[in-house]
Amino acid sequence: MSSVLYDTPGPRAKVRNWIYSGIFVVLFGLALWWALSLMGEKGQLDADKWTPFVTDSRVWTTYLIPGLVETLKAGALAMVIALPLGAALGIGRLSDHAGVRAAVGAWVEFFRAIPVLMLMLFSSALYAPQLMDVPSDTRPFWAVVTGLVLYNSAVIAEIVRAGVLSLPKGQSEAAKAIGLRKGQTMTHVLLPQAVTAMLPALVSQLVVILKDTALGGALLGFAELLSMNRQIAANYSNTIPTMLVIALIYIVVNFTLTTLASWLEKRLRGSKKSTGAVLGAEEVDDPVPGANTAAGA
Amino acid sequence: MFDFLDSGQYDVLGAFWVTVQLTLYSAVGSLIWGTVLAGMRVSPVPLLRGFGTAYVNLVRNTPLTLLVIGCSLGLSQTLGIDLGGTTFKETGFRLAVLGLVAYTGTFVCEALRAGINTVPVGQAEAARALGLSFFQVLTLIVLPQAFRAVVAPLANVLIALTKNTTVAATIGVAEAALLMKEMLENEAQAVFAVFAVFALGFVLLTLPTGLLLGWVAKRVAVKR
Repeated sequence: MSSVLYDTPGPRAKVRNWIYSGIFVVLFGLALWWALSLMGEKGQLDADKWTPFVTDSRVWTTYLIPGLVETLKAGALAMVIALPLGAALGIGRLSDHAGVRAAVGAWVEFFRAIPVLMLMLFSSALYAPQLMDVPSDTRPFWAVVTGLVLYNSAVIAEIVRAGVLSLPKGQSEAAKAIGLRKGQTMTHVLLPQAVTAMLPALVSQLVVILKDTALGGALLGFAELLSMNRQIAANYSNTIPTMLVIALIYIVVNFTLTTLASWLEKRLRGSKKSTGAVLGAEEVDDPVPGANTAAGA
Repeated sequence: MFDFLDSGQYDVLGAFWVTVQLTLYSAVGSLIWGTVLAGMRVSPVPLLRGFGTAYVNLVRNTPLTLLVIGCSLGLSQTLGIDLGGTTFKETGFRLAVLGLVAYTGTFVCEALRAGINTVPVGQAEAARALGLSFFQVLTLIVLPQAFRAVVAPLANVLIALTKNTTVAATIGVAEAALLMKEMLENEAQAVFAVFAVFALGFVLLTLPTGLLLGWVAKRVAVKR
């Protein structure tokens, strides 16, 4: 195994690597031992704090699975609404009319600059009895979805715009040459290819959305996966085991999506069918067009 | 319309000052932690590489809300680790910074790794030909060039971090989002005005950051 930064290790380098590995193992072991002994002191390692997840099916049927379903429902619904909205905004930013470009641009930049939590709080206040009076049992859910849609449609607008711009210029030129109108060029030639180019970035955005649903549980009383930790810990007083199990569920779901995104990216880059324009599944919360996308790589 | 600002019962500027402080401390911490992680992920020691990869993949796929609440409920309330904070306010702030650093460090690490890939192979080969060690190659040759290439991605991470500090509201840190929540509950007649005030605050925080660092990115980029 050689890389840019170092040669394939020779005998002395191998010894040195073993020494480094040893030091790391010792340090890591010490940290782990300290953490575990602290947890042991506070009784977080007792068997009865961990067994409920295996022996007591109610933990799963009453709390964890309904919570996960709520999280996935909010995430999926937000994505389904934000996608067409974001596409419309993205196309609006590419309009030939300066007025439309400026207006849509201002809208998109504004909603990208605001934390999604504040958009959720604002939506929640809008749905309060004094204003729109959404029934109180579904209010947290809709507040979370609205906040997610407002924020993510703006982010998706940028992804769409970058996707269209990443296509080779010849595509729209050829469309013009055979006499297609502007709208036809967009709907028949550019968008279908842009969607393919955008897929990895969109799947990554879904991960961001799912992670953001957890905010609704903490501050708006939305009964999603993370908010279940209070109820489970109240029953079994096992705060840390519960947190770890919930984190593991999130990691499994999101890691699957992240893997899917990078698999898509590889596949699209290698496929002969597309124009080779692929937007990377950038893991930064806010992909800025052109900053980190290797257009046509 | 905006008369709730004059009533004197809300300290909007103070709340935003907490947001700025959270951002600054977390930014410095994340930069250090992210650089260490990136160093691990490109090091010749397989074990360190494995740890870096595992850490990044695990933490990146965990909601930040869970990390911050975990710091508060798990570390502080269950295990009694208060990070030297004496008051409730101090402790909450430090725990929030810890959660933000643990989370944001992974994004800094990934941005830096992408930057390391922009350094031409010849640079590192020339450095090795001079007999520099891995550590010297990394710190003297590769990282300085990589940092200059990743100003723009790091600016995105910083802006995301600024917005993510609102998550500290979930453990009761008195920053902008928590004040906004309180004001929305009290000033139901001025929902739009309250939202406008806080939205403006964040636009004022993130917009100059983006513009300034975008300009810096152009200035320091290595012309190749």
